[in-house]
Amino acid sequence: MENLVQYGYVVAAALFILGLKQLGSPATARHGNRLSAGAMLLAIIAALLDQGIVEYQWILIGFAVGAIIGAAAARLVEMTSMPEMVALFNGFGGLASLLVGWAALNPGAGTFTLVTIVLSILIGGLTFTGSLIAYGKLSETIGSGAVMFRGQQVVNSLIVLGILVSAVMFTREPGNAQWLYLVIGLALLFGIMVVIPIGGADMPVVISLLNSYSGLAACAAGFAVNNNILIVAGALVGASGIILTRIMCKAMNRSLGNVLFSGFGSVSSETTEVEGEIKPISVQDAYYVLEAASNVAIVPGYGMAVAQAQHVVKELQELLENNGCDVNYGIHPVAGRMPGHMNVLLAEADVPYDQLLEMDDINPRMETVDVCIVIGANDVVNPAAREVESSPIYGMPIINVDQARTVFVLKRSMASGFAGIENPLFYKDNTRMLFGDAKESIGGLVREFD
Amino acid sequence: MIPNEVFLTLILMLTIFLGFELIHKVPSTLHTPLMSGANAISGITVVGAISLAGSGQQDLANWLGAGAVALASINVVGGYLVTDRMLAMFKKKEG
Repeated sequence: MENLVQYGYVVAAALFILGLKQLGSPATARHGNRLSAGAMLLAIIAALLDQGIVEYQWILIGFAVGAIIGAAAARLVEMTSMPEMVALFNGFGGLASLLVGWAALNPGAGTFTLVTIVLSILIGGLTFTGSLIAYGKLSETIGSGAVMFRGQQVVNSLIVLGILVSAVMFTREPGNAQWLYLVIGLALLFGIMVVIPIGGADMPVVISLLNSYSGLAACAAGFAVNNNILIVAGALVGASGIILTRIMCKAMNRSLGNVLFSGFGSVSSETTEVEGEIKPISVQDAYYVLEAASNVAIVPGYGMAVAQAQHVVKELQELLENNGCDVNYGIHPVAGRMPGHMNVLLAEADVPYDQLLEMDDINPRMETVDVCIVIGANDVVNPAAREVESSPIYGMPIINVDQARTVFVLKRSMASGFAGIENPLFYKDNTRMLFGDAKESIGGLVREFD
Repeated sequence: MIPNEVFLTLILMLTIFLGFELIHKVPSTLHTPLMSGANAISGITVVGAISLAGSGQQDLANWLGAGAVALASINVVGGYLVTDRMLAMFKKKEG
């Protein structure tokens, strides 16, 4: 029977791997996710057959509670709230790993097991509180800005030192519960301290990193309870999170260390002189230009998510296409608050994914675009990244919207973007500013077409 | 006889390399579903929690295990459902 359980885990591991592989292509992704869910079910059934289990009532109660909460949350969440939902789920996974590590503690544990217990508590704990803070920032229940204070580095260093000391003491005196509580407390505190200095625009990096951590926490818990499937599945998640994190960092031309420790807030507020003037345009004039256009590119940013404008954008796209116009979308990898945020919102509005072009695909054809509509994006289309060497975002790959014949920028007001960096795009000769709420502005354009 | 810890570490090492190979060519359209799907997988911790929650001893470890089962189930059930919901929306252009 014990062997059967172990082989069950092996099959589950294979299914997880196949599932993840299929998640890599849009055509097979849904099937892949179901394979992975099947693998999870198989692993759970195998675990239930384990002979060490003598009592099922608490397991079933735990399942029932978790499944009801999880299913309800997954059904009810709005697509625009997806980033914070993912963060929250992630946090629960981290806390679960912390508890498993803690519960695995027994008087007979050797040093290796004790070290892995400490690791699962540490990583699980900081994933939990880090994810909660990320949830708070993404849902705006707490301010989304970077929280910086004097001596922050010193405080953080002290916490790290405290973690190291208490972790070492715990492995030497596992019977002394004080060290254990200290490790747990410091891990939870550290999660908070790591995420508060990171601002909203850097959230795609943080979310993918926390995702990676929740996998690594499960992995450490797997070592603590001596279970293969936890190690395999946890390591797969850890690896995928690390890759996503790297893609996000590359898309911002910043190192991971720079994102984690400096925050845009510390960049000095030197203002570069921008030549030219702002040229506003009315909805009606914008309509005349669009009506004559034969090639339109739409570049969305976080502002589209805030205004929940994706459905009306899709309406505009259809009207333009009926008018004989070619419409494509240009999606920057870090547009929005999580990796692929814009793609999900546009998919919700029924925009086919083959019309969503990645940055490297849309840039070469930008010069043939008659009108480029920028909806609530700022830093990812800021030509200062190409032209102004002193700019904090210099070197960051951007979507070259300024190379289109005409650019419409939909924007609430003239306040600068999250990073507080002046955007020369707004002053270019071919740029027209369409001020107001994105949803209303596009709604206005749609009405003009009707 | 090779110690068990070495075997587990070997599995870890191989899986991390495999993970890198599996993920690194994923198109950005799928970044969110990939992330939330991977997130659901990280709820695998539920498997470790099950044996702790079913030990039959009314001790601290048992309660911690039961709590972990509940938390990890939120992660698993919520994660898979929300990923499926998202992926159902991804469509190719008809015709």
